Amino acid sequence: MTQEEILPLVLKKDDKAFTILYEMYSKNVYGVIYNLIKDKEEAEDVLQEVFVKIWKNIDSYNESKGRLYTWIVNIARNATIDKLRSKGYNNSQKNATLDNFVNILDDNSRFINKIDTIGISNFISKLKPKCIQIIELLFYKGYTQQEASDELEIPLGTIKTQNRNCINDLRNYLSV
Amino acid sequence: METQQYIESGILELFVFGALTESETSEVAKMARQHIEIQSEILSIEKAIMTLNFSLSPKLSAYNYSRIKNRIFSSNDSVIQLNRDMESSPSKLKSYLGWAAAIVLAVGIGYQYINTQKNESQVVLIEKEKNKLKSDLNLLEIKNKNTQEIIAIVRNDSNSVIALAGQAVAPTAKAKIHWNKSSGKVYVDAAGLPEPPEGKEYQIWSLKLNPLTPTSIGMLKNFKANEMKLFAVDNTNDAQAFGITLEPFGGSLTPTMEQLYTLGKV
Repeated sequence: MTQEEILPLVLKKDDKAFTILYEMYSKNVYGVIYNLIKDKEEAEDVLQEVFVKIWKNIDSYNESKGRLYTWIVNIARNATIDKLRSKGYNNSQKNATLDNFVNILDDNSRFINKIDTIGISNFISKLKPKCIQIIELLFYKGYTQQEASDELEIPLGTIKTQNRNCINDLRNYLSV
Repeated sequence: METQQYIESGILELFVFGALTESETSEVAKMARQHIEIQSEILSIEKAIMTLNFSLSPKLSAYNYSRIKNRIFSSNDSVIQLNRDMESSPSKLKSYLGWAAAIVLAVGIGYQYINTQKNESQVVLIEKEKNKLKSDLNLLEIKNKNTQEIIAIVRNDSNSVIALAGQAVAPTAKAKIHWNKSSGKVYVDAAGLPEPPEGKEYQIWSLKLNPLTPTSIGMLKNFKANEMKLFAVDNTNDAQAFGITLEPFGGSLTPTMEQLYTLGKV
């Protein structure tokens, strides 16, 4: 199902639409939250908050705000950051580049032993270290280009194209 | 060409990531509506990042789904909101009142629930009794109908009544035959016969005299169960006498004369 198909159903707010929405996005939302919070129980609590927010605020979404997926991921990021703040975590920015989604991926394949995770970890290991850092900051941590440029000490003007090259690599590995 | 440059700039990736400003985002959304290549490029980028992200997500138990669904589709949320308002009010009394009201409500609901359960079980009981009475009534109606039929037989003036007297083997036994000569119908009133022993049944014979020719006109089936002891047997048109013998279960071809219980001439 595409975003264009699911949206009118969700706007009607019936429970079948919730089920479809949850199936489409829950794993992705959880992935974003877990990458930031690194605690399964807390990530589950935030996941709940995020879906309640999506459900309550779906009327305010429209296509000029970007993709529905992007809108949802944004809610997930903000809710997680709020949670971290309320818990008194000081965003330990210093470790931001050491600590990234690839570590989670390694953990997942070690402990959960999911076939598709192992499959994906094989090609992600082919991703350049710089790509992992860029995707981590821009997508998972929601950094602006300026923030990512500062963090990674890459010229601001090249962030966009470097990120594009990284996503192209990913698309080649995934054939999408 | 311009579209291709736009795609190559990397702005679409940032669009999917959510790393653009509001105005940049709405501009890309507008471009995507106008150019199909841009839209399809966006979809591919989205698919790539979703696949990556999907495989990063630890296992998510089904419990989360039901927990979230319950939260969204129950009105719990508004209750929580109310409590929060109370906590923020300066008076703690309000909060206590809220709890007290909740407890009273809970007790009330519990009481109602128990009451409803009680009433429901009473309804079930009454329903059962009603059904039993109904079947009793049916039974009585059937009995009544039988009785009516019997009375009709006994009172029928066109029936001849033949009294059968007890014989050597059972001197005190007696029976009556109600016989309609024109229709040939025969009813046996066996109230004066003893209950047949296990494995035996009474057999009714219509007899012709000179020479003595017995013809079986049936058995008194289910003697014990027939409360009125009135039995319908086969028709006969030319009987000169009736006899009743005790025979092995199912009857005999010829009467066992030693077991002749009653006999009577027309």
